[in-house]
Amino acid sequence: MSALKPKHQRLILVVLALVALVGAGLLAAYALRNQANYFYLPEQMQADPPAVGQAVRLGGMVEQGSLTTDNDGVTLRFAVTGNDGSRIPVRFSGIAPDLFVEGSGVVAEGRLGPDGTFVADNLLAKHDENYVPKELEGMSEMQAAKMAEETTVGIE
Amino acid sequence: MHGFANPKRFQTLASWLTPLLLVAGLVLSAGALWWGLTQVSPDRLMGETVRILFLHVPAAWLGMGGWTAIAISSLVYLVWRHPLAALAARAAAVPGLVFTLICLVTGSIWGRPTWGTWWVWDGRLTSMLVLAFLYAAYIALAQAAAREGVSARIPAIFGLVGAINIPIINRSVVWWNSLHQPPSITMGNSAIDGEYLAPLLVAVVGFSLIFGGIVLARMRALLADIQAEARLRRRASEAV
Repeated sequence: MSALKPKHQRLILVVLALVALVGAGLLAAYALRNQANYFYLPEQMQADPPAVGQAVRLGGMVEQGSLTTDNDGVTLRFAVTGNDGSRIPVRFSGIAPDLFVEGSGVVAEGRLGPDGTFVADNLLAKHDENYVPKELEGMSEMQAAKMAEETTVGIE
Repeated sequence: MHGFANPKRFQTLASWLTPLLLVAGLVLSAGALWWGLTQVSPDRLMGETVRILFLHVPAAWLGMGGWTAIAISSLVYLVWRHPLAALAARAAAVPGLVFTLICLVTGSIWGRPTWGTWWVWDGRLTSMLVLAFLYAAYIALAQAAAREGVSARIPAIFGLVGAINIPIINRSVVWWNSLHQPPSITMGNSAIDGEYLAPLLVAVVGFSLIFGGIVLARMRALLADIQAEARLRRRASEAV
């Protein structure tokens, strides 16, 4: 067996090191999968509720038709839904960001009350990955779907 | 490939390619920014603030692209020992850091009106900030290695190891719940309307050309430094 050229030795060494590095990175990311979450989804919060009064964040979608304003004019009540239909009611007193609307994403900072209502100190609006000009907003769903199809770029 | 490792051939190529890339990049970027900042219509939810997209997204991609260039150059340097590869990695670090900082600053300015906050420690924002710190560390390390005459192997290894952060930035919004939205542009698909996508892609091309031009210009400057120093050393030894 002939000896490998130094160039090839180095290549093999670097590739092995990179494989080990990527493996370590993936393991670290896997270990972080719960710790690095910025917020709990409603289903995560229901499955493993935080201690009452512990500062946590709750994120999800603002349920359609759930948003009401109390008589004091500054207290908002709404429900946050997750990916599997679970919901958590939220109460918030203060000024909500402009993008906070029903059917949109929200991250609420606060604590879970003893009655299962999440009391938020602060609301952050989480918007989705869609960027659509205003004129297209009033279109029917079919038109919008057609438009979306047209604007989908094929990079193949 | 070995042809370009010849510094002389590189100098000839870079001397006309550098101004070409810079001028074309500036024209395209200026046009794309004018298009995006003044011509497209406001977003249905964000309104006028959507225009930050045309600066934020190209800067973010080039911030990550810069480190990818460092990693590839470092690999080429470590395996094939091309001296120009080490210079390319060093040259890409400063523009990479600048684009990363532009991404962080524009993202922060964008976050205030849309999310309601300047900054949060979610996966995407944190990993992007880590990238900026990695760039700063790389620049310090590469400069120290060059000044002390230490082998460029040490910064090259750092450049390769730091590349692990790039897929983490990319996947951060998929792996973890984050305030930053998931990617709009994935393989073959775009959730960005065509009206925004066109100027965005032109801006990405323009910024990339500027990036390439800066890297070439910095490589030429580093080469000139090395040659001047070698000449001085030769003269000093002749004088003795």
